[in-house]
Amino acid sequence: MKIVTILKQVPDAEARVRASGGTLDLSGATLVIDGMDEYGVEEALRIRERGMETEIVALACGPERAAEAIRTALAMGVDRAVHVVSDVTLDAVAMARVLAGVVQDEAPELVFVGGKQADWDSSALGPALAEALGWPHADWTTELTFEDGTITVTHDIDDGTETLTLPLPAVVTTQQGLNEPRYPTLPNIMKAKRKTLEARPLADVAAAAGAPADRATELRASEIEARSRRNVVLDGDAKTAATELVRRLRDEAKVL
Amino acid sequence: MILIVIDHADGAPRKSAYELVSLGRALTGDDGSLTALVAGDAPGAVAQEIARFVPRVLTVSAPELAPPRAETMTRAVAHAATTLGAEAVLVGASRFGLSYSPRVAMRLGAPLLEDVTALERDGDGYVAKRLSYLARVTETVAASAPTVVVSVKPGAAAAADPAASAGEVTELEVPFEPDDVRVGVASRRAATKGRVALEDADVVVAGGRGFGSAETFDDLVVGLADALGAGVGSTRAVVDAGWRPYGEQIGQTGKTVAPRLYLALAVSGAVQHLSGMNRSKVIVAVNKDADAPIFRVADYGIVGDVLEVVPALQEAVAGLD
Repeated sequence: MKIVTILKQVPDAEARVRASGGTLDLSGATLVIDGMDEYGVEEALRIRERGMETEIVALACGPERAAEAIRTALAMGVDRAVHVVSDVTLDAVAMARVLAGVVQDEAPELVFVGGKQADWDSSALGPALAEALGWPHADWTTELTFEDGTITVTHDIDDGTETLTLPLPAVVTTQQGLNEPRYPTLPNIMKAKRKTLEARPLADVAAAAGAPADRATELRASEIEARSRRNVVLDGDAKTAATELVRRLRDEAKVL
Repeated sequence: MILIVIDHADGAPRKSAYELVSLGRALTGDDGSLTALVAGDAPGAVAQEIARFVPRVLTVSAPELAPPRAETMTRAVAHAATTLGAEAVLVGASRFGLSYSPRVAMRLGAPLLEDVTALERDGDGYVAKRLSYLARVTETVAASAPTVVVSVKPGAAAAADPAASAGEVTELEVPFEPDDVRVGVASRRAATKGRVALEDADVVVAGGRGFGSAETFDDLVVGLADALGAGVGSTRAVVDAGWRPYGEQIGQTGKTVAPRLYLALAVSGAVQHLSGMNRSKVIVAVNKDADAPIFRVADYGIVGDVLEVVPALQEAVAGLD
């Protein structure tokens, strides 16, 4: 069994994100491995710990600094990693094309991708990667089990949940509920420093994959748009405040 | 030519379908070229309804689409887009739409404008607004190619009114392949039976852990939602505690909603939660912590204990005409 887990380094959820002149400014923001990706790393580790001989490879595409996020995954227990070093901020479709080349070379049975990346606010990477590989995918997975050559997953759909069976190889996108990701221990952090982290330039990987080393869409501007709110606090006891709220929602905001 | 894909459930279009009609009309200048695709095992009734709004409706009727799967929808939508030479394919950004539209883009070699809140023509291409960085940033993104795939966030446009005359419905044959149905659907479980779907709700009542127990949450949050005909939403802590299903979670790892009215009850307003609801038209916050971040995005706030305020709200709502 071989599993590839895709990683992305993103600003911490509490980090302050700034923009000026239409350009994003992440200086000063703490950057971490995307929380959604950790569920994939953890699930891969658990599959191995249940006794299936498994090689786990982390794969990331991002700038030099993304290596820190990859080290986190190595410290959690991933065996080795491939870092496609890119100064271009790719979009999901472009990144899927590039990563598909690496995944094809690695030839795993299973690829884990975070359900939604906290920088793009996009859930497209998993499905786009699956399509580029010609594999099936399951997204928003909360449960996963193996039976020879297939996996059974439970995942969220619009009106509830659904249980799917997929032939392998397949792409599975992960989210909370799947497991509780572990924290790297100090000995494992030390051990991770000796693990292989192979850096490859985007241009080379893209050329080998026959994919453009550029975005599929053009990012023209990034801005912080604050929506103005009334910010009215209603005073009085619960009954008075509640009555006044319902009155205002009906007469002032006209939403009831 | 612009193709809109109609999201439907239980024999009727979803609310997002009517929003795509509005957007499609604006993009085509209402020149009669707007085409809607209704795919399913029995798309007839939905197609008839949509023909009241759109000049051309294509139906794909196939057992492969029951229930719909990402790969069967990808086949149907990509085939329709190629056959018609669509310049843009508009899909509602439901969970399902977000699941198959990237595959459509990849298959067509098209750029993807994902989960957009606004869309306009821009020369030969399109320019869109979308949110990023947990909805803290608004991006302006452009794409031009023979075909552009766009997923449109619910609430991005107003629902359309019917057209003056009904459109024409024609059938499209889609050559499905065995691999399209390689994913087996073992079972489906509806989580919102009998209640309005969260994404379609005009009003959403959401609650946090401050209710103390699943029973109290049911009485107060669900009770108020039912009184308002509203959808029920939860924070991550609530679904993690098992009080409510994951499908009701609002935020980064859950759903994104933009209803007319959002009531956040005992919701502190962590950025992950805000990213799922901060585009709501009117936001109400009830929290006993006056410094909770939720008050910063609220139009109306009550500083108080939800266990006292929510019953009072239920009473006040019951007194509405």
